[in-house]
Amino acid sequence: MIGLIAKKLGMSQIYMSGKAVPVTILEAEPGIITQIKTKERDGYNAIQVGFVDTKERRLTKPEFVKLKKVGITPKKVLKEFRVKDVSQYSVKDEIRLDIFKDGDLVDVMGKSKGHGFSGVMKRHNFAGGPGGHGSMFNRRVGSIGNCEFPGRVVKGRKMPGHYGDVTVTVQNLEVIRVDQEKNIIAIKGAVPGPKGEYVNIIRKGN
Amino acid sequence: MRNKFIEAFEAKQIEGKEIPEFRPGDTVRVAVEIKEGEKKRIQNFEGVVIAIKGQGAGKTFTVRKIGANNIGIERIFPLYSESIAGIEVVRKGKVRRAKLYYLRGKTGKKARIKERRD
Repeated sequence: MIGLIAKKLGMSQIYMSGKAVPVTILEAEPGIITQIKTKERDGYNAIQVGFVDTKERRLTKPEFVKLKKVGITPKKVLKEFRVKDVSQYSVKDEIRLDIFKDGDLVDVMGKSKGHGFSGVMKRHNFAGGPGGHGSMFNRRVGSIGNCEFPGRVVKGRKMPGHYGDVTVTVQNLEVIRVDQEKNIIAIKGAVPGPKGEYVNIIRKGN
Repeated sequence: MRNKFIEAFEAKQIEGKEIPEFRPGDTVRVAVEIKEGEKKRIQNFEGVVIAIKGQGAGKTFTVRKIGANNIGIERIFPLYSESIAGIEVVRKGKVRRAKLYYLRGKTGKKARIKERRD
């Protein structure tokens, strides 16, 4: 499993064999390997990759010192990818978009758009009540259960509450185009989060 | 304003496609490629452009014609679609609006459009 962190730029479309295919355009700058974890020392094999340059003062001291020791400029995100064989990687190697090619299937993980405290119509697609005739039941929840039996509200009942801003993974999205020079990747379909959000693109397999 | 990378991505697709200039009010003949199983054939659709919408690779235009029994037919074409084999401007029209939706309520003489000479 290996991947990149990319910034969602927005959506577009592309014509492929006569059909318009919706794509999300993401900008993925190369990551740099900051640490190699091995089974002997850490208990599992993984590579730790740093993404997105940031300012020194935005990091905690342990983070900054850790990167300084291996001679890497401050990075915003450090992410670990479990790999079977770490011998092909070494610290300060770059992870670039060339790990993806057209037609690959990837998983995209990111934080969905936050909608705040939302009612059931927005949050759970309830139908709501009639708009007119003085119904006074426009966007309300409705019944949440029975009376004496079971005498409680069933767990998991859909109710109003905080909606969005959770980690969402969309699986098996197709890579449509990869532009190595501009660090741009186009993925079929939608990915979680607003524009400007950083998402993880993960290649399946080793 | 759109993202410059998205613009570049779309510009690459549009590149090399020759599309004649036309405006709402113009009469166009659109050659549409239709696939029937293995065979391909070309069907023409001629009518007045009543709207041009969108930008970049997703730009579309709406063509309205009057079909049999005076029934109005509108088709929306993606401007840069691969299934459009060609667009021919038959007549230039002089109109004062970008969207000619008012034509939908008019028939016969009232639905005429003056010719543009420039």
